[in-house]
Amino acid sequence: MIALCTAALAFVLRGWLAPIVALAVVGATVAGARLGRSFVPFVLATIPLLISIVLINSFLYPGAHDTVFTIGPFRATATGLTVAGQASLRILAFALSVAVFALTTPTDDLLADLERRGLGRRASFVVGAAIQTIPRLAARAGEIADSQRARGLDTQGSLWRRVRGVVPLAAPMISGALSEVEERTMALEARAFSAPTRRATIRPMPDDPAERLLRWALGLATIVLIAATVTGHLALP
Amino acid sequence: MSVLALAGARYQYAGATDWAIDGISMEIAAGEVVGVCGANDAGKSTLCLVAAGLAPGSIGGRLEGSVLIGGTASRELTPYAAAERCGILFQNASTQLTGTTTTVWEEIAFGPRNLGLGLAAIVERVEWAMGLAQVGHLVDRQPDRLSGGQAQLVALASVIAMRPAVLVLDEPTSQLDPAGTRLIGQTLAALARDSGTALLIVEHKTDLLDELCQRVAVVNRGRLVLEGPATTVLEDSRLEEWGVEAPSRVRLAAAVRARGLDPQTVLGAGPER
Repeated sequence: MIALCTAALAFVLRGWLAPIVALAVVGATVAGARLGRSFVPFVLATIPLLISIVLINSFLYPGAHDTVFTIGPFRATATGLTVAGQASLRILAFALSVAVFALTTPTDDLLADLERRGLGRRASFVVGAAIQTIPRLAARAGEIADSQRARGLDTQGSLWRRVRGVVPLAAPMISGALSEVEERTMALEARAFSAPTRRATIRPMPDDPAERLLRWALGLATIVLIAATVTGHLALP
Repeated sequence: MSVLALAGARYQYAGATDWAIDGISMEIAAGEVVGVCGANDAGKSTLCLVAAGLAPGSIGGRLEGSVLIGGTASRELTPYAAAERCGILFQNASTQLTGTTTTVWEEIAFGPRNLGLGLAAIVERVEWAMGLAQVGHLVDRQPDRLSGGQAQLVALASVIAMRPAVLVLDEPTSQLDPAGTRLIGQTLAALARDSGTALLIVEHKTDLLDELCQRVAVVNRGRLVLEGPATTVLEDSRLEEWGVEAPSRVRLAAAVRARGLDPQTVLGAGPER
């Protein structure tokens, strides 16, 4: 909930304060949850995007003439640097909030809880299957690439060679996935997936009244803050 | 009373012009183990889908004749109602597993949960199925990190946790090594013996059918060409022309006989069933 609120605040609110507060909360959560090294790849993943945001806004911000410095034909403007800084902080706060959410919330716990709260089993299955399908497809792609290479397909080297290698890889990938879907559907039917029953919860989530209250308060505060800022009742720096 | 009865069953896949199975009749009683063998493309897998109520129930197509699962016509059963009566296990373990659970325990509990059972009943069924399939040591493992043999055993446990009166198995050991095949065989034997579940096993490995089945049927080009006691059918000299390899004990005896020797004298009672 904390991660969702900081992500919402960072994404919606303009200015410096909201993303800085969101980043502070994210930092505290990361320390509190002892995410440590597992958090580093998420930080690194944002760097290319942040660099592009800073470069484009600093040097190419439309209509800005308050030059701070020049590099060759490019002029960095104060307006552009300000926008770049704020945008970078917002993106960073949003991305890291999502990372905190991903690292602290096991998918199966999330889906079990959503189902307990009334999300249909089909919807929760689709979400769960989609998440877990990605590594399976990646593994299958690797197997197909290896077997095609063993039969002489050149998938490395020049760009043209790589492009030509896509078709022999994609065709078995797609046909295999389609046939797998049919068999998986039948296997699900054989386990009464479509039965119109309510499923028992086998993963009870500890959720005491204080936690519930805190969650509601946090969500409400986020909505009020966003509404007040967007409607002009609260001006954040 | 038979738990599964096919009478003149013919099935045609959607868009196809040929009958994949044509006029098949067979009955299976509670606790009975019946094997089916035949060449590739003989219609064995289609027979499994029809017997389990998935064809045409889930995949469409055209069914003629009668298929009764637990006394009710398969046409009148919804897929989940059919699943409670007749389970099915396919050959590819990876497509049997849901792909959405994080432990073997949860994977096996998936079906019983779908049936709307209470937690105590779910736990009881999962423990029972795990014990039968001898997968208790895998209970906390991630289903998608299992070996092929382990995954197939978990898939089998997942189906038997549904407690169907009849279980259809479509080449359950085709992707397994001899050790995995032996484990599946032991589980199936225990299932039929202890729970009275009827089994319809489609297999290329006739040694497994020889070991497990009371009756065996041979399917050729969609038709049932031979059916009878396992010993009689698996020793039939026409098996080869129907694309079926006889069990190793039969081949060994034939090899001894071809050298002008008496199998009983040379091999003793061992290889004979």
